Amino acid sequence: MKQAPYLQIDGVEKTFTRGDTSNHVLADIHVGIDKGEFVSIIGHSGCGKSTLLNIIAGLTPATSGGVLLDNKEVNEPGPDRAVVFQNHSLLPWLTVYENVRMAVDKVFRATKSRAERHDWTMHKLDLVHMAHARDRRPAEISGGMKQRVGIARALAMEPKILLLDEPFGALDALTRAHLQDSVMQIHATLKNTMIMITHDVDEAVLLSDRIIMMTNGPAATIGEILEVSLPRPRKRLELVTNTTYIKAREAVLKFLYERHAFVEAA
Amino acid sequence: MSRPALRAVETMPQPSAAAPAPSAEVVTLTPPRSAPRLALLKPKLISTASVVLPPLLTLALILLVWEILCSGAGATLPSPSQVWRDSSDLILDPFFVAGSQDIGLGWRVLTSLQRVAIGFGLAALVGIAVGTLVGQSTWAMRGLDPIFQVLRTVPPLAWLPISLAAFRDANPSAIFVIFITAIWPILINTSVGIRNIPQDYRNVAAVLRLNQIEFFWKIMLPSAAPYIFTGLRIGVGLAWLAIVAAEMLTGGVGIGFFIWDAWNSSKLSDIIVALVYIGFIGFVLDRLIAGLATIVTRGTAAN
Repeated sequence: MKQAPYLQIDGVEKTFTRGDTSNHVLADIHVGIDKGEFVSIIGHSGCGKSTLLNIIAGLTPATSGGVLLDNKEVNEPGPDRAVVFQNHSLLPWLTVYENVRMAVDKVFRATKSRAERHDWTMHKLDLVHMAHARDRRPAEISGGMKQRVGIARALAMEPKILLLDEPFGALDALTRAHLQDSVMQIHATLKNTMIMITHDVDEAVLLSDRIIMMTNGPAATIGEILEVSLPRPRKRLELVTNTTYIKAREAVLKFLYERHAFVEAA
Repeated sequence: MSRPALRAVETMPQPSAAAPAPSAEVVTLTPPRSAPRLALLKPKLISTASVVLPPLLTLALILLVWEILCSGAGATLPSPSQVWRDSSDLILDPFFVAGSQDIGLGWRVLTSLQRVAIGFGLAALVGIAVGTLVGQSTWAMRGLDPIFQVLRTVPPLAWLPISLAAFRDANPSAIFVIFITAIWPILINTSVGIRNIPQDYRNVAAVLRLNQIEFFWKIMLPSAAPYIFTGLRIGVGLAWLAIVAAEMLTGGVGIGFFIWDAWNSSKLSDIIVALVYIGFIGFVLDRLIAGLATIVTRGTAAN
């Protein structure tokens, strides 16, 4: 028998019920993700990508089915599944350092000394190149910098799995490219397991080992899973002419715009 | 009575030392020594003058009009010069003690401030606590909010007979009136602030597994702080409004009773001086809370 994957999503269904109306969002999601893997979830708006991520994070309970991480069932949020939120979600009254330190203090209160927690915090800020802005408040730094701090805060929890909810959606193209490179670098260094939600086909192909493509809702499910067998480290410029890259990109585009084109009126 | 008032001197004005002292000090740097320094100071002087002069001119104009209107033979109110002649002792020395009832206005104001401090302090504690409950729990809101909405419209002085009957003493009754007046804006603003905590912050707290106490101190209070301070600022203004009226009715030492006493002995000039005191203290209280708010909520509002 094959060894169970690190993260196992088993028959997850989600129905939102409000009053008499119920909305079947996710149907029959089965997938396993291995340790150290980078997986993207791509699909049109409203296909339940974020709901799926929230179920993995434990922020939303599944209607039926379950999620197993490292052979333990997920039924509440926790720092072993750190989330990088779409809108950074930094606390505006704390400085960059304090935002990360708060997470460090909470997770490592019992296991690390004060000095170790400080070093750990600074190390994570270094990792995302934000140590220079440690005493700034979120309102005083750019959107890309905020997202970097959000990543540092998530990494600081030393999660088993890092969940990124459209982390670069609100950023301009250049900043986004910088952050994508940073995330690739972090993934190469730390060998984290990461799940990222995205709208962006290039981003998905560039970063992922596998791309999970979702069908349109209602009752969205996994339409197809694409392996991206490009060697790492990946260089964005070299990939432009790479046949594997172009083929993968084409496959995702065909899935999204031919077979599961988004019907506005639906 | 003057003993507790003395203690109030020590406790009350401390925050005012931390708060920025406005305009008055700036005027003192006027006399320039030499010509180059004068040239350097000139823009500064002009900007200072443009802030200080308009209110001073307006004040002079008002005093002038008042003087003209009230110096005729049939005037019912004293003119400014008359006020000065009658009550210059009250204006010049706020802290004289000439007898058990003949004391400076400063002492009376401090006695009133002490009542406000106790009543307002209690209102802040209870208001923030209950406001948090109402903001957090849908059932508490459904149960309590309609009652609060009715109670908050009751005028402060309407509570006075009830509280006199309940406490059978003037001082706690006055404090209760302050409490019941100041609590509603604090409570309602706090609950709105708590209800408006963004879902993102709650998600962060959930991922970090903050417990209830950590959530309260680290997320709730800072996130709702701008709302809470708005409530506190409205509350302190209302408290100061209510104390004067309450003291007029309950008697004893205090700025409100002083006015009532002066009215009964037809010392109109004294009343006018007391009004200026009340206005000034109310202004200082408001600035104090506002200053505290900018220190505490730095960053929060800027998001």
